[in-house]
Amino acid sequence: MGEVFVVTSGKGGVGKTTTTANIGAGLASVGKKVVLVDADIGLRNLDVVLGLENRIVFDIVDVTSGNCRLRQALIKDKRLDGLHLLPAAQTKDKSAVNPDQMRTLCAELKKDFDYVVIDCPAGIEQGFRNAIAGADKAIVVTTPEVSAVRDADRIIGLLEAAELRDPKLIINRIRPKMVRQGDMMSIEDIIDILAVDLIGVIPEDEMIVITTNRGEPVVLDQSSRSGQAYRNINQRIMGEEVPMMNLEEEGFFKKLRKIIGLK
Amino acid sequence: MLEFLTRLFGRDSGSKNVAKERLRLVLVHDRTSISPQILEAMKADMIQVISNYMVIDESKLEVSLDSSGNTVALVANIPVKGMKRASGA
Repeated sequence: MGEVFVVTSGKGGVGKTTTTANIGAGLASVGKKVVLVDADIGLRNLDVVLGLENRIVFDIVDVTSGNCRLRQALIKDKRLDGLHLLPAAQTKDKSAVNPDQMRTLCAELKKDFDYVVIDCPAGIEQGFRNAIAGADKAIVVTTPEVSAVRDADRIIGLLEAAELRDPKLIINRIRPKMVRQGDMMSIEDIIDILAVDLIGVIPEDEMIVITTNRGEPVVLDQSSRSGQAYRNINQRIMGEEVPMMNLEEEGFFKKLRKIIGLK
Repeated sequence: MLEFLTRLFGRDSGSKNVAKERLRLVLVHDRTSISPQILEAMKADMIQVISNYMVIDESKLEVSLDSSGNTVALVANIPVKGMKRASGA
């Protein structure tokens, strides 16, 4: 029996879809059977982030409305054996699925997969209600901004009200240099305010843009810092204890040594 | 470079403290379920009660929520113009 995670945030644009893709690809790359569910009906995106946009035949609404069997709608990733995607419908809206159908769907997927990861839409309306309905655990993504932390606080309250207790926090796009200068809230500041457990911190990284352009999750890139950060998160999801990454940027000489291969 | 310049011009406390303080205040309101409407209604009632005893400057009256640690406080700043003369007795 697998576990169902929902990746949520309240605010849009903080990295829910990128996080979902990297958790999925990362867990699959270490041999787990994973299915990613895009619950953002009407604004389908997880497929392009994963580079699977050309292979969609059926979608989540086809499954819940009985147009096709669940197995027919699942897209198998070409690079990673264990990775599957259940895409969102693009031409319907959030009301095309209801929480009961999501619970049934998640229960079904849990039988066949080690991890079911649901990409929640932004907002707190029906799309959010649907996405959390079948989840066992929640991962809340935020960035070090007033608006994103505020929304995360609201989401944590709503998750609790829906009996999804003890959510785990990911702080995305942190810029260590700005934190050092006192111009960005630190990890401690955010944890202090939200009072939840941290499961990982992702530094701002241009590689995210580059890998997303190509439709290849950054977690598979062994040399990037954000990829390492996601690999650490995945190990924590699997129950391993991993120390928090040192976010300090590498100095000039260390970089130079790396370039000439001295490491 | 920016780091050096800001240090040079001695901008001591960074903008993160502003962010934290604004966030703290906004969350006090978000976490209590007191809507702005209720706060307004409460303000009107307070004016009514206090006006029985004092002359206050209604236009400058401020009512807000604040927090320190785990406790939430209702903070009212009410400028008093003068006392009302005791009526009756």
